[in-house]
Amino acid sequence: MNISSAKKPSTRFEPWDNPNEKPLVQFKNVTKRFGSFTAIDDISLDIYEREFFALLGPSGCGKTTMMRMLAGFETPSEGIISLGDDDIGAVPPYKRPVNMMFQSYALFPHMTVEANIAFGLKQDKWPKNLIEERVEEMLSLVQLRKFAKRKPHQLSGGQRQRVALARSLAKKPKLLLLDEPLGALDKKLREQTQFELMDIQEKLGMTFVIVTHDQEEAMTVASRIAVMDDGKIMQVATPEVIYEYPNSRYVADFIGDVNIIEGRLDNRTDEGIKLSWAEGQPEIAIANNTKRSENENACFAIRPEKVHVSREEPLDADNRIRGQIDDIAYIGNLSTYYVKLSNGMIFKAQESNRRRLANREFTWEDQVWLSWRNTAGVLLD
Amino acid sequence: MDKKLGRLLLIGIPYFWLFLLFLVPFGIVLKISLSDVAVAIPPYTPTFDLESGWEGLKALLVELDFENYIWLTEDDLYWTSYLSSLRIAFVSTVLTLLIGYPLAYSMAKAPSEWRPTLLMLIILPFWTSFLIRVYAWIGILKTEGLLNQLLMFVGIIDDPLQILNTDTAVYIGIVYSYLPFMVLPLYSSLEKMDGSLLEAAQDLGCTAISAFWKVTLPLSMPGIIAGSFLVFIPAIGEFVIPDLLGGSDTKMIGKTLWAEFFSNRDWPVASAVAVLLLLLLIVPIVLFQKQQERAQEAEQ
Repeated sequence: MNISSAKKPSTRFEPWDNPNEKPLVQFKNVTKRFGSFTAIDDISLDIYEREFFALLGPSGCGKTTMMRMLAGFETPSEGIISLGDDDIGAVPPYKRPVNMMFQSYALFPHMTVEANIAFGLKQDKWPKNLIEERVEEMLSLVQLRKFAKRKPHQLSGGQRQRVALARSLAKKPKLLLLDEPLGALDKKLREQTQFELMDIQEKLGMTFVIVTHDQEEAMTVASRIAVMDDGKIMQVATPEVIYEYPNSRYVADFIGDVNIIEGRLDNRTDEGIKLSWAEGQPEIAIANNTKRSENENACFAIRPEKVHVSREEPLDADNRIRGQIDDIAYIGNLSTYYVKLSNGMIFKAQESNRRRLANREFTWEDQVWLSWRNTAGVLLD
Repeated sequence: MDKKLGRLLLIGIPYFWLFLLFLVPFGIVLKISLSDVAVAIPPYTPTFDLESGWEGLKALLVELDFENYIWLTEDDLYWTSYLSSLRIAFVSTVLTLLIGYPLAYSMAKAPSEWRPTLLMLIILPFWTSFLIRVYAWIGILKTEGLLNQLLMFVGIIDDPLQILNTDTAVYIGIVYSYLPFMVLPLYSSLEKMDGSLLEAAQDLGCTAISAFWKVTLPLSMPGIIAGSFLVFIPAIGEFVIPDLLGGSDTKMIGKTLWAEFFSNRDWPVASAVAVLLLLLLIVPIVLFQKQQERAQEAEQ
């Protein structure tokens, strides 16, 4: 996953690390109940101006409820939601400087593309010439000038998606909400549109909040991701941190693929700490990046792509385990090897296929060595 | 080849049906409307005798004329009946729409487990004879009827109102009888409306009320149009309701036609009235079908 190349290190944007920066949106101890069901459980969260913030989680985790509270379709049962300096908890949707792009796009079928985009502006009683100007501007932004007079049903899915985006941007909202905006598009178009979204967000300098269950989408577009589960936020961090340093088994497991090993922490040495985990298996060496003490139960998580597969024993590796290839999942650019260890555990290791399939080094039933550096994984609770 | 024949047969059946049950009777009515009244059985001349063959048909055609249609333009009874029918049908349609829309709207917004029951309640009156239901209104509307008794009991009025035998009673009768035809198409267009459209309208700055005018109402237009035609078209030719509930001065073309046919025994003029009524109705029917086609296209 190529995450850092999209963000140039020279223009590092990290308002969340700056204690003087004031967040644009603040959730303070927000709880939302529907009857006896608690959809949002005491969440506090800050979102900063110009952020592209992703709410990520499985369906039913409360991410949509968070978004609907921002849009004004739901009011919090407890706690405060503020936008700028205003408490917006009880402000109805039509009075909020917030616009939303709906999952179903919700384009008005009886209006042309133009009229759809102009709808909110007319509602705000903009002068006619300014409306025309703004609609033109929006149409060029989403490259739909040719389609201004069409009705939504005469457009393709991708074009409708862009009309919906243009309509929600037209009023220059302080905050734009995107509810699974790319869910209805096919994979190629989705990837292309992700970059378009990022470009538009950067160009307009607006604050976007996106709700998605697609972790790749969140990783690609977001400046920060909040991983949600069961009405709670599990972790809020940049995509890199979420991926490389998940703070819990849940996050590690939800984002990407991971091998999780349960064991007991052993001797602390100068180089780090060791985890003993199974009879007859070498202890796992973990670099000294943890405050964990000896004789504690712990989980070790390591991503498959950080595990190297080799036929010869890699003597210089910090960790190496022997196993037999049980299965190979070939997905073109990558192959995932499912390696069975002597204690029966299946360990996933990923290698990129630099050579053609016919020249592959390993095949089913081969005895191989798995190895990784002591900095490659993380310790979790 | 067989397949083609089968398809032809399949398409042919409804056309044959239409031909037999619509076009042939219409041809007979058209022929009678061009005949002259006579004291005979049947009460018009000339009559067509199959045995006289081709020559007989030619002799018959010579005797036909447009006299009755000219008569219709000369006596203003017919024009006023037509116009009054149009007026009553129009007013009733508007009233039905005004009552039917909130009904259909609340049905469409009702919890989904209630909707089948509500729909059933709308359809339920059809299980009783139309004639009996209209008769029942006489009992409600007459001077010493249920409605007057109730109003006097509550103390809203002191003397009974004359409702029966007025145009008001006709409006009540038509609105009552045709309400389901309005509610059902309205309900079906309101029910399939995507709720997120209203949320989108509110998100873009509409209050709930202006979202209704700008989104719900225009999107339910196909239902409004379909319902209105379904009420308007049969209401023009309505006979039972004005006859039972209307007064002697309630003029409707159905009533006039009945009087010509049974009281006057003037079959040719009655037939001419019927033919003109049909021509009058073709315009809204064609409009209705055009609209239905457009609605179907829009859905695709």
